[in-house]
Amino acid sequence: MHIVAGGPVIPNYGKATGCIANNDAFFCTPWIRQHWSDTLQPALVQHIWLTGIAVGIGFAVAFVCALLAHRFNWLAPPISAFSAFLYTVPSIALFQLLVPVTGITVTTIEIGLVGYTLLILFGNTLAGLRGVPPDVIEAARGMGLTRLQVLRRVELPLALPAIAAGIRIAVVTTISLATVAAYITPYGLGKPIFDGLQINYHTEYVISGVLAIALALVADGVLVLVQRALTPWRRAAA
Amino acid sequence: MKALSASATAAEIVFDRATKRYPGRPQPAVTELSLTIPAGEICVLVGPSGGGKTTAMKMVNRLISITDGDITIDGTSVRSLDLTELRRGIGYVIQQVGLFPHLSVGDNIGTVPRLLGWPKKRIRERAAELLELVGLEADDAKRYPGQLSGGQRQRVGLARALAANPPLMLMDEPFGAIDPITRERLQDEFLRLHNELRKTVIFVTHDIDEAIKMGDRIAILHQGGVLAQYATPDELLANPANEFVERFVGADRGLKRLSLRRVGEVELEPAVESDAPRCTPATTLRDALSLMLTEGAHEVAVVTDDGESLGSLSLQRVSDLLREQVTA
Repeated sequence: MHIVAGGPVIPNYGKATGCIANNDAFFCTPWIRQHWSDTLQPALVQHIWLTGIAVGIGFAVAFVCALLAHRFNWLAPPISAFSAFLYTVPSIALFQLLVPVTGITVTTIEIGLVGYTLLILFGNTLAGLRGVPPDVIEAARGMGLTRLQVLRRVELPLALPAIAAGIRIAVVTTISLATVAAYITPYGLGKPIFDGLQINYHTEYVISGVLAIALALVADGVLVLVQRALTPWRRAAA
Repeated sequence: MKALSASATAAEIVFDRATKRYPGRPQPAVTELSLTIPAGEICVLVGPSGGGKTTAMKMVNRLISITDGDITIDGTSVRSLDLTELRRGIGYVIQQVGLFPHLSVGDNIGTVPRLLGWPKKRIRERAAELLELVGLEADDAKRYPGQLSGGQRQRVGLARALAANPPLMLMDEPFGAIDPITRERLQDEFLRLHNELRKTVIFVTHDIDEAIKMGDRIAILHQGGVLAQYATPDELLANPANEFVERFVGADRGLKRLSLRRVGEVELEPAVESDAPRCTPATTLRDALSLMLTEGAHEVAVVTDDGESLGSLSLQRVSDLLREQVTA
């Protein structure tokens, strides 16, 4: 078992004020200000990368699988079952199981995170594709659109809301789950959370947790705006 | 690979023993269907459900493959044509319309022209022109299908099918899901439009009244897609080929036949009774008869909208006209 011991010990230097020294506040603003650039901001950026890469790769894999399952129906149950199985494995156990294979690396974390996105991304993409009204497809075929044109011009745009909903859930859950990943290797917002817990310095883990929540809310909001911009017809049809 | 000629306004369609069999089913869905649809005419396929009328229609654009026999468009077998080329050359209208909800009305109409590579400006102009033709505003091009009523959607569906000026239109119960009043208006407008455009139309419906109203010719299909009779509406009503057709057209076929002709189209007698109820030359014989029966009169006076008297039509004359041989 590998436990990360790292990060600054109780910062007991510089212009120490009461709350830094006494650890008597959950939200010691001077500490946050002092450690924004050396601890919090790098962790936040790492966290964004962790999430972005995980959802990006997860979506690429899930998208290809969903297209295949849409084309060949028999593929849907086994892919669903496999992604559901991945989803049920407890996260720390999964990360730990991967360590012998990929080592104590960010790759290990990413593989785990990607695994957890597949269920929702695959499910939603396939549901979106299958939810396109049959009369719309029939009209498209009848007008002479090829199979690929039907997919690209009709099915995918109409599946977009469901796909976007899947991406939103995947992003928010990945942001949350990625904090646990610091258990394996000190990376992302999980690192200051584990550090803070280890040395029992309240402000460090509280602010890191708050940042993770804020990141999730902002990401979700941005995705909602992107989705709205991409689906103008949904607002028009009030 | 051959393509349908785009210049022809209408095409002659020939079903030559066209048959559709599904594996594992003893009875074919369409059985050796043979009929010729002259260019520019509306042929209505009508019959009970399970009669194979939609199947027969979909074999033309090969949404359903032909098992045996053939269908030709202006002499070219649909089997010899490239699938996408064939379909892009045929206007296709379905009951649920199937507009693309994510595209504006203008882009919906421009679907086939875009596939054919028309320049953008021409597509826009064509959409505006078609919107006007089907009774909508050019401004509606910017709206989305979700913002339209059922009747408006079907008008857009029609405009979309007409976009690339196809010589043939397939219409699968196009007015089936629309309220009766809008439906009648759309039927009338479509007939007016057809008078202008003169395209060949294959029109599927289960409603015999709609078939009689819309069709230049009617093909009645019964179970297994067997052709029961192929004739003009007048002939069909005057001389049903068998008991099935007779039942299908209904016991009131005499009255239905009267609704096919207008007072102005028959020879009138000189007016006699001065207090006879009045009708115009555009009144159908059926409505004129109804007028006589409700008013307890033996004749109606035929008067133009301007008040000019054209003569009279008697009950006896209507009855004689029904016994006359088929006019068409």
